[in-house]
Amino acid sequence: MAEEEKLTIIERLGAVDRRYVFLLIAIAVIIPLVLHYATSIPTSEIVQSLFDKIESLPGGSRILISFDYGPSTVPENQPMANAVTRHALEKSHRIYLMALWPTGSRQSQQLIDEIIKVEFPDKVYGVDWIHLGYKAGNQGLINTLLSDFKGMYTTDMSGKPIDSFPMMKDIRTLRDFDLIIGLGSGFPGTKEWIQFAGDPGDIPVGGGTTAVMAPLLYPYYPKQMVGFMGGLQGAAEYEYALVKKYPKYAKRSRIASTTMGPQVTAHLVIVAFIILGNITYLLERRRKRKYR
Amino acid sequence: MIILESQPILTTPVAHAVGVWIASLLTLMIFSFLYKDNPFYKFAEHLFVGISAAYWMTVAFWTTLIPNMIARLWPAHMGGVLPAAVGQPREWIYIIPFAFGIILLTRLVSRIAWLSRWAMGFVIGFAAGTNFTRYLQSDFVSQIHSTMVPLYQPGATTASTIGNIFSQLVVFGGVVSALVYFFFSKEHKGAFGRVARFGIWILMAAFGASFGYTVMARISLLTGRMNYLIQWVKGASW
Amino acid sequence: MKRTVPLVITFIVGLVLIAAMFIPHWPFTGLDSKFSIFYDVIAVFAFILGGGNLLKVHLSRIQNRRRDWKYSIVTVSGFFLMLGAGLLKIGVPGGWTGDYQADGSLLKYLYDATFQPLQATMFSLLAFFVASASYRAFRAKTKEATILLLAAFVILLRPTPLGYYLTFWLPKPLQFLHIPNLSTWIMSVPNMAGQRAIMIGIALGIVSASLRLILGIERSYLGTEGKD
Repeated sequence: MAEEEKLTIIERLGAVDRRYVFLLIAIAVIIPLVLHYATSIPTSEIVQSLFDKIESLPGGSRILISFDYGPSTVPENQPMANAVTRHALEKSHRIYLMALWPTGSRQSQQLIDEIIKVEFPDKVYGVDWIHLGYKAGNQGLINTLLSDFKGMYTTDMSGKPIDSFPMMKDIRTLRDFDLIIGLGSGFPGTKEWIQFAGDPGDIPVGGGTTAVMAPLLYPYYPKQMVGFMGGLQGAAEYEYALVKKYPKYAKRSRIASTTMGPQVTAHLVIVAFIILGNITYLLERRRKRKYR
Repeated sequence: MIILESQPILTTPVAHAVGVWIASLLTLMIFSFLYKDNPFYKFAEHLFVGISAAYWMTVAFWTTLIPNMIARLWPAHMGGVLPAAVGQPREWIYIIPFAFGIILLTRLVSRIAWLSRWAMGFVIGFAAGTNFTRYLQSDFVSQIHSTMVPLYQPGATTASTIGNIFSQLVVFGGVVSALVYFFFSKEHKGAFGRVARFGIWILMAAFGASFGYTVMARISLLTGRMNYLIQWVKGASW
Repeated sequence: MKRTVPLVITFIVGLVLIAAMFIPHWPFTGLDSKFSIFYDVIAVFAFILGGGNLLKVHLSRIQNRRRDWKYSIVTVSGFFLMLGAGLLKIGVPGGWTGDYQADGSLLKYLYDATFQPLQATMFSLLAFFVASASYRAFRAKTKEATILLLAAFVILLRPTPLGYYLTFWLPKPLQFLHIPNLSTWIMSVPNMAGQRAIMIGIALGIVSASLRLILGIERSYLGTEGKD
């Protein structure tokens, strides 16, 4: 009788309605969000390399930041953009914001509204930062920019002639940039920046990608890519490095760390699912062997 | 052009609140699929298809078609849309992409759809020509180069040197054996089979890492949406 | 005309772009640059073609009252609403010369109220399915599956406190087994090796496919109509 009961529980667990699994995941994410549970992640070597590259560039260096993502991956990519921009402007670098994705220019606008205008009001448009926006062409666009930057970017986002901005005067090709940072979530993205700009143009490329893309980019590090942030965890690691070096950002640069709270609890729930799923599988297998 | 100049209606608090409500309800409509497929989900899904196609078209029109083609072909007529183009010399060469673009659109008309192949020929030729060199350089030659690294790093401690040598050997052996696994012209037997088997293990570790990172990514996106809904319930802004 | 012209265009464009890589001089560099800009402009027409195709499919569905045709009305209405808002620059401060998605524009409003939440939520749904898959399908059935499972396990535990407390006590010589260290090692050694092998394989495939396309051996993109 007891054996039968045990079997029934195993069978039930194995065939549990997936909607209960959905419910548990939702709870695992909602509770830490409501309780504001945050966690910080020490910086890994690959993220630290990107941080060090920006840190080591002399003030006034030109950094091209490409927004190659859309609303679907904002929770992962936007904290990266925020952290990198804070760091670059803190170091007095000049930043150029562009996009390979049509949705990217909305994200760069969000960065401008929430970070640049609020935290760096003294930085001058066209001198310290510029919004170039989106252009069609995917990897073809990178190929164009490598030989003729102003062939595509004839104006800035608002339609003003590109040569009317002091920071654009000396830009002829992508080779005039000291660093390219591709923040992406698919094609075209960081990979295409390496293939079509970094390698042929010998330009340092760094990046930030969604966690899905991150494992695929490891073969490029460190020879073809100076460093990169993988997913929300990568963004949180960059925040950690930034706050460690510049403690004044401790309160502001926390988006990734805050959203890492739900991430941690959801991971634990999924780990529990995997363990439970395997226990039921092993018990079921043992039972089948026994009755064979 | 329709300008709501007198009062920017869409920036008023009421318009803002309405927008937040629409966004939140659409979010819930999509989430309703978790229970089962239903008309609310279908509505939201079909709306998404329509608005995204139109959004991409609009962005491409204003950011690329107007400044990079129309303004180059007819700069004198751009005063009302892109004043920066006025006074620039006309560049007739841009009639080529214009012609190819129009030819591409013939695909929509069955009778002359074959014409679109000319434009496709250009697109395919461009993609093949650039991919040939870029993949060869970045994903083939450079990868082989990065796999053949010195085992000994001068100045490193003994422990880190041993660790480093081990890791480099795993990388080298892993790449070679995984490539051996992909080689199907020889039967995977004997020593060749054992190397291929090690290759599978390396690939499985890579897929496991990818799975872990995929879980991480999906949870991050869910956190973003849940956070939005929580802010909506709290009455905070978008 | 139907097949030869596109094959010749593909051959010339492909060859010029390959030549430009190895001969960075006139006329190849200039042609490389011009072809790239042409490609970028043609890409816009691809967006228009996509929109046109979408309309064609959904309008025919409405006309023929096919299954779920009522939802096609939603698609078409959404399409025209967004397109009209964007192309007519409705509500844009500054009129025709203003930024097409500036604050106050209908396009931006629709983007924030519809496109943004729909796209973001659509992708976030995957979190639930990946969790369900972890529970139902992620089983250590074979040696290979166990390696996959263990690698995923370590990666998932890395940012969690459990990942830290499970192994932090390990003595120094065994610290490489501490989960955060092990996770970093998995990513930068076996993961990198596996991904690199896949990358090399894909690169070889793309290079050979590109050659076949340029030389006109691969013609499937031309379809079958007009085949000699």
